[in-house]
Amino acid sequence: MSRPRIGVLAIQGDYDAHSQALWEAGAEPVLVRKPEELASVDGLIIPGGESTTFLKFLERDGFLGALRTFVQDKPTFGTCAGCILLAKDVTHPPQRSLGVLDATVERNAYGRQIDSSIETGETQLAGGPLEMVYIRAPRIVKTGDGVEVLAERDGFPVLVEQGHLMAATFHPELSSDRRVHQRFVELVRSWQARQRQKQ
Amino acid sequence: MAEVHSGNGHHAPSSPTTLRLKVGLAEMLKGGVIMDVMNVEQARIAEEAGAVSVMALERVPAMIRAEGGVARMANPKLIKAIIETVSIPVMAKARIGHFAEAQILQELGVDFIDESEVLTPADEAHHIDKHAFTTPFVCGARNLGEALRRIAEGAAMIRTKGEAGTGDVVHAVQHMRQITKEMKALTVLSEQELFAAAKEHQAPYELVRMVAQTGKLPVPNFSAGGIATPADAALMMQLGAEAIFVGSGIFMKERATPLDVENDPKEREEAVSRAKAIVIATTHYNDAKILAEVSAQVTGTMKGLAAAGLDEKQLLQTRGW
Repeated sequence: MSRPRIGVLAIQGDYDAHSQALWEAGAEPVLVRKPEELASVDGLIIPGGESTTFLKFLERDGFLGALRTFVQDKPTFGTCAGCILLAKDVTHPPQRSLGVLDATVERNAYGRQIDSSIETGETQLAGGPLEMVYIRAPRIVKTGDGVEVLAERDGFPVLVEQGHLMAATFHPELSSDRRVHQRFVELVRSWQARQRQKQ
Repeated sequence: MAEVHSGNGHHAPSSPTTLRLKVGLAEMLKGGVIMDVMNVEQARIAEEAGAVSVMALERVPAMIRAEGGVARMANPKLIKAIIETVSIPVMAKARIGHFAEAQILQELGVDFIDESEVLTPADEAHHIDKHAFTTPFVCGARNLGEALRRIAEGAAMIRTKGEAGTGDVVHAVQHMRQITKEMKALTVLSEQELFAAAKEHQAPYELVRMVAQTGKLPVPNFSAGGIATPADAALMMQLGAEAIFVGSGIFMKERATPLDVENDPKEREEAVSRAKAIVIATTHYNDAKILAEVSAQVTGTMKGLAAAGLDEKQLLQTRGW
């Protein structure tokens, strides 16, 4: 089976860790630093990092527009800062976003670095409990009807799926368990299969 | 914490979980720029320009160098004001060996502590035991042995020392090349030779062996000390730095005079242009076309001080061991 080409937004953040995780999950990772580089990939990961820094870059050179078009129908997975960027509403403080994930996300909701933590919890993924690394994490405080919750922490969603979109408030790329990335790679594969049927 | 720091008690190193979280935050800062800021307005400019973090301090290295005196941890009032202003992580500096300053910084909720040679050292023999803290630490290094000694003490991030406050990148280059060269050399040694290598580097054998196997440090490796232009940032990234610290390069005008970003719109604009350009250059460090564009957008660069003209006694990088 050939490896689907999946982009990792490489403005800043732990994009290398995501590339490694994608490779281990059976995909071919491609670093994306410019809008035109989106054309060659069938899916995209928006990694952890600083969402304010991401926005500064996206606001230049029509990157935001290109990314908005991409996330409308191509598989995209956002972790932490990436989850903030995908959400419809961002609070604490409010900031611009791509606005495709029907959810409200509160930034730095658990506090500062000293409040960062590693938890283990149940998820909808097969194979038992999953380790979740939270670093200055945001919180998904509200989700719309079309959003499937795959895991929760203290009653708030931490891993969600909405059609071709996935988002996590933790960092699966910093754990050795590859089930979350495998699920995203499967999402990309089934999107590719649908595209082939359309042709 | 009090009994942990009594100075004679033994305590276990921080748990693997804590260490992973510390290094995890450093991972999130990769590919970004961390900017020294001395007031709330500078912090705002840094965040607007796309900095991934700010370092709160009362005087940037160029001013410390020019004005002299004892350089200490910043006033908690200033640090708190900056924490309340920006949503990005906030770092602050503690003096080498001054674990009480570090305890205060941790209490304030600072996200990263820089045990820094830029401040006047408080202990001539011992660095801070960084395992005793939940807050991650970054430390400077000039060579691999120094980097590994800091990591053994619990540092979650290493940065080159360079020569802070000069605007001269030459020593940052020297330190990055030195660390890279020494790491490469380890990778071709046999298992037997690693014991002698550990002795030579005056670093723990386990860490030396880890570097020999992977060819890189077990924590992120950033660069600091004299980076003043977008081209400097690109140079350090191409030499293997994973992120950039900029101190005096953004907000300084003359040797000890900062740009007046609070009252002079033109000087504010100059600081903004430098900050933005360095951020873009750090992401696109391999793209000469973009580097040319952003370098052209910078209005004015700090005058600087040639590091070669400094006396041994004036060097900040020789502090720490």
